Amino acid sequence: MERATLSALNAARHARQPVLLLTPLAGGAPQIIAHDAPREGALGAAVARAFASGQPARITLDGADHFLNPYLPAPRLVLIGAVHIAQALAPMAARCGLDVTIIDPRTAFATPERFAGQRVIADWPEDALSEQPLDRWTALAALTHDPKIDDDPLSAALRAGCFYVGALGSRKTHAARLERLHASGLTPAQTDRICAPIGLDIAAANPAEIAVAVLAEIIAALRRQDRPA
Amino acid sequence: MQPDSTDPLDIADAWAQEGRQLAIATVIETWGSAPRPAGSHLVIDAEGRFEGSVSGGCVEGAVVEEARHVIATGTPCILEYGVADETAWEVGLSCGGRIRIHVARLD
Repeated sequence: MERATLSALNAARHARQPVLLLTPLAGGAPQIIAHDAPREGALGAAVARAFASGQPARITLDGADHFLNPYLPAPRLVLIGAVHIAQALAPMAARCGLDVTIIDPRTAFATPERFAGQRVIADWPEDALSEQPLDRWTALAALTHDPKIDDDPLSAALRAGCFYVGALGSRKTHAARLERLHASGLTPAQTDRICAPIGLDIAAANPAEIAVAVLAEIIAALRRQDRPA
Repeated sequence: MQPDSTDPLDIADAWAQEGRQLAIATVIETWGSAPRPAGSHLVIDAEGRFEGSVSGGCVEGAVVEEARHVIATGTPCILEYGVADETAWEVGLSCGGRIRIHVARLD
């Protein structure tokens, strides 16, 4: 591979742009294939499959053996609410390879002291997320119980096709939330994707255990999805 | 994604900027229970220093030796390891899988 190709590949990965690298195995220059590049013939079909599955493939082009390697964006986790559960969840999620951001407009909660080594943004989700938009490789968990803070990012996560959308709150709280989201124009088919009550049912009894339940649910959503292109 | 200090391709870029000659090894095929999936990278420099993983430690030593040869000649190669291999007693995958690895120099 040429250095310029490696630099371009890394630049795309850092910018969360899904790309493929097509390498002729007998020698020759590998080529980067962008997500929006035209797809034609046998290569086009293999490209579509690799973007959709995230799995590499061997293909024969003009009689030559090639390796097609997808580089899809690393999964991200956005936590709305710099609350006790978030303090337990953020480091565990980072340990599992998720790129974590905590957002809370309440400056007393969103402090670096409460989240050592984590990315904490003391701002309204709407403003914080305009800098770093949600995408289908992102999970979002709303943890504040406060509709003024939670509703907007939940709606944005559903519209962006986030691979996981969870919301903390009792069944009663969630029923009221659904009414508000439907009134704002979301359909029941869209809001069905919200995991609520949040987390796998492991009878979690404290914030750290709830964090385990939520993280397990996020991992299941990540690993079981048919990763869409 | 932010540049990650443990990501092999970021390390390859950093090493290249330091003027180090290097090769990138990539798992291109696996059979059975292979420890690292296809697409995994190991980056190796001319002195045999390496970062990343193609087998979780089972065959890295052998790959590093082959990679130094690839760096010297510039000719890419494909390596195969597994318990069915005659080299199994020396470098093999104790988990019983087989892997094929492509090694090419960064030019």
